[in-house]
Amino acid sequence: MTNRSPTEYYQRDRQWHPPAFAPDYKTSLSRSPRMPLLSLENALGEVTGPVFSHNDIAEIDNDLLNNFTHGGEPIGERIILHGRVIDENARPVPHTLVEIWQANAGGRYRHKKDTYLAPIDPNFGGCGRTMTDADGYYFFRTVKPGAYPWRNWINSWRPAHIHVSIFGSGFAQRLITQLYFEGDPLIAKCPIVQSIPDPEAVDQLIAALDMNATIPLDSIAYKFDIVLRGRRSTLFENRLEGN
Amino acid sequence: MVQKLNYLKETPSQTAGPYVHIGLAPGAAGFEIFDQELGWDIAGPNAKGERIRVEGYVYDGTGAPVKDVMLEVWQANAEGVYAHPEDGRAVEDGFRGWGRVITNFGTGLWGFDTVKPGATPGRNGTTQAPHLNLWIVARGINVGLSTRMYFDDSDNSADPILGLIEQAHRRDTLIATRQNDDIYRFDIHLQGDAETVFLDI
Ligand SMILES: [Fe+3]
Repeated sequence: MTNRSPTEYYQRDRQWHPPAFAPDYKTSLSRSPRMPLLSLENALGEVTGPVFSHNDIAEIDNDLLNNFTHGGEPIGERIILHGRVIDENARPVPHTLVEIWQANAGGRYRHKKDTYLAPIDPNFGGCGRTMTDADGYYFFRTVKPGAYPWRNWINSWRPAHIHVSIFGSGFAQRLITQLYFEGDPLIAKCPIVQSIPDPEAVDQLIAALDMNATIPLDSIAYKFDIVLRGRRSTLFENRLEGN
Repeated sequence: MVQKLNYLKETPSQTAGPYVHIGLAPGAAGFEIFDQELGWDIAGPNAKGERIRVEGYVYDGTGAPVKDVMLEVWQANAEGVYAHPEDGRAVEDGFRGWGRVITNFGTGLWGFDTVKPGATPGRNGTTQAPHLNLWIVARGINVGLSTRMYFDDSDNSADPILGLIEQAHRRDTLIATRQNDDIYRFDIHLQGDAETVFLDI
């Protein structure tokens, strides 16, 4: 057991993230805490987190074109989604688990609670996962998801998006977000996206068309880099009186 | 003018939405896709210590159970060791200390089986009472909520984190109640008079 206090992750910038209470996103009204969060200095339980390995997942798990096949490939625009997981110091986050889930090309989720009239695709599950490599790089193959309606206002449509879950190396870095696609006019109209106050922060969620990474005659590509909280590299020890 | 710091900004959070199960617990969404789902076995077969079950509800501000929530647990083993290289101490083979759990879609009840953790090192030579670190996401939650669960049959009196909570009665929102032999009950209130203390870690 170490007596030394671990170096901390940089404080999360709560002005950059959406606030808990975002009135235009109606569900947030009754699900947002009203008392202030209690701020903690990181101890061992915050700077550590689950460790995953390639034994936890299968090779095919990042290939949504083939990981749920029932005799064919899914309908839709074939895409490569790729990028790096790095931290606020621009250092790679290696060997970390990245999980995604999404609607099919028609905007329908394979979920028993999704009743949208667009059809289920028999060859598309809509989830995948992978580990970043030593440089923090990851990629998926999938189809571009469709926009879908949801009950917020009478006529609300989500922009095309893919949900992304990332761990990092400490539990304090745990993050779930959504990526959007360059050029989608629904981004500006979405109350979930627009719960983020700073337009530059919204831009950080929009994956860029990446022609250099396309595979000619096969798949178009989008690049989406993910930034997790950075961590102090130097320990400025703040000893309590008498320690 | 001043030099640029050039730090990057953390990717902003977005809600996990109503279909979080597709990605993170696809079996519950109604289909089989992966050879193994992650997070169903927190402690593994070889973990020492007391086997326990934790159950509860997450309530919204109107008092209704939240039925589409997902919780993740991160905990030390019975000796207070986290299964991570930075801890530096060994854990039992198969002990991961991490799990994820969703609710019963009909009732909102969630529960998981694990072992009771030991006390863990805090900052500056302090000791933290046994606790589970929890992370909660759902539709309507824009940034995942961090909290902790302590145990009502442990000595929590010297815990440095509980001691930071200014209103003494709110400390109880982080303490689970032992129901019978091995089941602890822990309810989480997102909002309202009984609002759980959430943490900015
Ligand atoms: Fe969605």
